[in-house]
Amino acid sequence: MAKAHVTTTVNGDEYEFLCEPQQSLVNVLRDELRLSGTKEGCSTGDCGACSVMMDDRLVCSCLVLAVETEGKHIETIEGMGTAENLHPLQRRFLEINGLQCGICTPGILVAAKALLKKNPNPTETEIRFWLAGNLCRCTGYDKIIRSVQAAAEDLRKDKSNGNHS
Amino acid sequence: MATILEESGFNPDADLKVVGTNPVKHDGLDKVLGRAKFGADVYLPGMLYGKIVRSPHAHAKIKSIDISEAKKLPGVKAVITGADFPEIPQGSGWGDMSRTTIAREKVLFDGHPVAAIAAISEQVAKRACKLIKVEYDVLPHVIEVEDAIAKDAPILHDYMRTKGDEDAPDVPTNICEKMVSKIGDIDSGFASADFIVENDFDSKPMHQGYIEPQGCIADYSQDGLVELWTCTQAPFVYRDRLSAILKIDAAKINVQQSELGGGFGGKTGFYAEPLAIVLSKKASAPVKMTLTRTEVFRGTGPVSGTKSRIKMGCKRNGKIVAAEAELYFQTGPYTGSMYFNAPNAMFTRYDLPNIYIEAYEVVSNRPKVNSFRAPCVPQIVFGVEGLIDDMAKKVGMDPIDFRLKNAATEGHTTIYGDTWGPVGFVETLEAAKTTEHYRTPIKSGEGRGISCGFWFNRGGETASTMTLAPDGTVTISTGTADVAGSRISIAMMAAEELGIDVDKVRVKMSDTNSLGFNRVTAGSRTTFSVGMVVVDNARKCIGELCRRAANEWGVAEEEVKFENGEVKPASSNVGDFAPMSIGDITSKTTMTDGAIVSSSSMNVTGAGPGFGVHIVDVKVDEGTGRVDVLRWTVIQDAGKAIHPLQVEGQLQGAAIQGMGWALNEEYIYTQEGQLDNPGFLDYRMPVASDVPMVDCKIVEVPNPLHPFGLRGVGEVPVVPTMAAVGNAITAAIGIRPTSLPMSPPKLLDLIEKRDTLYP
Ligand code: FES
Ligand code: FES
Repeated sequence: MAKAHVTTTVNGDEYEFLCEPQQSLVNVLRDELRLSGTKEGCSTGDCGACSVMMDDRLVCSCLVLAVETEGKHIETIEGMGTAENLHPLQRRFLEINGLQCGICTPGILVAAKALLKKNPNPTETEIRFWLAGNLCRCTGYDKIIRSVQAAAEDLRKDKSNGNHS
Repeated sequence: MATILEESGFNPDADLKVVGTNPVKHDGLDKVLGRAKFGADVYLPGMLYGKIVRSPHAHAKIKSIDISEAKKLPGVKAVITGADFPEIPQGSGWGDMSRTTIAREKVLFDGHPVAAIAAISEQVAKRACKLIKVEYDVLPHVIEVEDAIAKDAPILHDYMRTKGDEDAPDVPTNICEKMVSKIGDIDSGFASADFIVENDFDSKPMHQGYIEPQGCIADYSQDGLVELWTCTQAPFVYRDRLSAILKIDAAKINVQQSELGGGFGGKTGFYAEPLAIVLSKKASAPVKMTLTRTEVFRGTGPVSGTKSRIKMGCKRNGKIVAAEAELYFQTGPYTGSMYFNAPNAMFTRYDLPNIYIEAYEVVSNRPKVNSFRAPCVPQIVFGVEGLIDDMAKKVGMDPIDFRLKNAATEGHTTIYGDTWGPVGFVETLEAAKTTEHYRTPIKSGEGRGISCGFWFNRGGETASTMTLAPDGTVTISTGTADVAGSRISIAMMAAEELGIDVDKVRVKMSDTNSLGFNRVTAGSRTTFSVGMVVVDNARKCIGELCRRAANEWGVAEEEVKFENGEVKPASSNVGDFAPMSIGDITSKTTMTDGAIVSSSSMNVTGAGPGFGVHIVDVKVDEGTGRVDVLRWTVIQDAGKAIHPLQVEGQLQGAAIQGMGWALNEEYIYTQEGQLDNPGFLDYRMPVASDVPMVDCKIVEVPNPLHPFGLRGVGEVPVVPTMAAVGNAITAAIGIRPTSLPMSPPKLLDLIEKRDTLYP
């Protein structure tokens, strides 16, 4: 089967790849680009483990065809922070134990970051409904919600201190 | 004999420096950065992709399998069927295991593997799967327990006779095992009761629901060595089982566990791994296999669905005098459900003079069940704790007081024959009474439920090594899996014992070549058992550190002591020597006797029983049957919480898993015996917006047989869950649900029944 040639930007870097027309974005991110931080839990849009940003929109990368990403900007967990410069969400998840096994964590972090960008001061209910598309089987969600709340506060403080990063 | 706590002078109130704090877990950073490597995250040079062809039938004879077209497809490197596996007779343990992996004579459930393919890409492998032609002779199938034990039921195995039932006739049956357990005299027990309560209960299988589908990569080298990378709770058990069913020496199989993306018992047995190894051998290349979510539901172990009848009787003063049960457990097509846990645990936590239990394990055309937290117990405790509540109501007692009246304490002899040391059931119940949740009156229109649970907690074979590096830092290799943060707890116990900072200790999950056998990470055994061997490791290393220091100072070994991470003279009479840190000694091993290492291997005993109490508030919408869970509190005895945040995480996660099992989760089959809901949309697990925060109260009644007093915590918190929700619903709607899950249609029927019974 003829493969398509696609050029796309992932975490600020330009990538070119070949893919079959029916290949999903998560499949290409992982198997072709070897960015395996994005997880595949269901392939049907139900678990959120594959959450990434596409042109500033939160999407399930298992529901996006790789060929659709031509010219697009993708952000994955690999682009979120580094050990020296953790995103407040990453820091709070570590401190509050918002992760147990950690398989849902990349998707939840990406989704939570998208929420806080849209709504810097979400209520508990708003966080719960925003993350309703991200399954976690380990934590019962309690410490995930608390981590997001704490990170939201950090970000708000950062902003009021004039740090707009 | 002095207990280890006495020997070590353990004092739970002493100022432990590390144990009881909440350091960030060492494996956490890679996980929030997306760098952690799970089962599916490894890629090897020359790697192929494996895919499985599965049966669409619940029960059928395999007449023929034609693989010729698939083999011809360009890019296909190997095709295998059951014929590529060593022959092991049916009806034997290994024979069953091999046939669960890949069918031989018959397929026994929808999704049973019949063939597998390795190809240069996933896409090619998928295409090749469609080219395999299997001819089936479809047989009548059976899904539910009552149908499987009915007269004239379709029989799965002609050779099956009921183990443990001498009176059973010598004819084929679907009942694989029977177990009878008793204490006292059940008839006189009921004769002396003032109140008797009795009900039929049933539950459907639920799935462990780990978010990471099974993923592995197998590399069979030309000289017959197998390297297997996989997400598993049981690397050593996988190795030994693979050795048995593939007839390869255990020493030639090396299993390296990946990070584990959830298991909860479901990754204690393998699925794709044997297929990947055989494919790799045939294709002479590494083969990676990852299951799809549909395959996870259809082909990997859910928990046992059950049917039961339970009867209990008590005196007017609230003392329970008799308990009787008849229990049936689905196991899938082969034995191995661990159903025996239920009779051993269902009433255990209460001091009952008369008990009689008959338990049966039944095969049917469903996927082979696998463990799930406290295997086979929560779905039976659902009935038991419901009846307990009914009795409390009859005698007019507060539900916690009623349980306190019957609570087993130190010295209790259980139905399985153990006599308990110190246990914390009473303390846990008392702590529940003092929670803010319990003391806050329930609002009208809402219902509150209480329920309790017990789990044995386990020990077992555990091995580890400890190595002191020249700079004084410490590495520990363990052979258990880290299912949710045990590495940090292990590092903390070692740091405490060695008197150093936890950051100076790193724990690695070893491969099977590098360490002695470790039993499966399950049964709430890991932090407890590894704690035992690691403290042993540390004490051995400390002994050696002392010996080296004494040598250097030219004094006797007894004249030095180890304190707060340093070796120092035992008293001022010994001489004026500056204390030496671990690093001071290990940096000089070139001049002394070489590296300081210690190895420990034990068959750990002394796990302390664990108890939990759950309090749940619900609101039921009587128009739709929908249940809202409003508040949830878990109270549990942890013995000693090594890392309290991790312990809370265990309690909270278990509570919400149990909530799913209580309200939504079930396997639904079509008339043809095909699984009708093999996806997260139709198999509905709790999402963030379904659940409340879960409050935790950790009780600490130390286990005297552990250096830090800990008890396992992972299984207990799921045991009371469905009963707590069930009791809360009963309180809200005034009639008891007896069937799990308590889904809206069932509750609507029940509400209608109530309205006709009590108009
Ligand atoms: S893998 Fe995309 S939502 Fe589950
Ligand atoms: S931490 Fe394991 S699934 Fe969320």
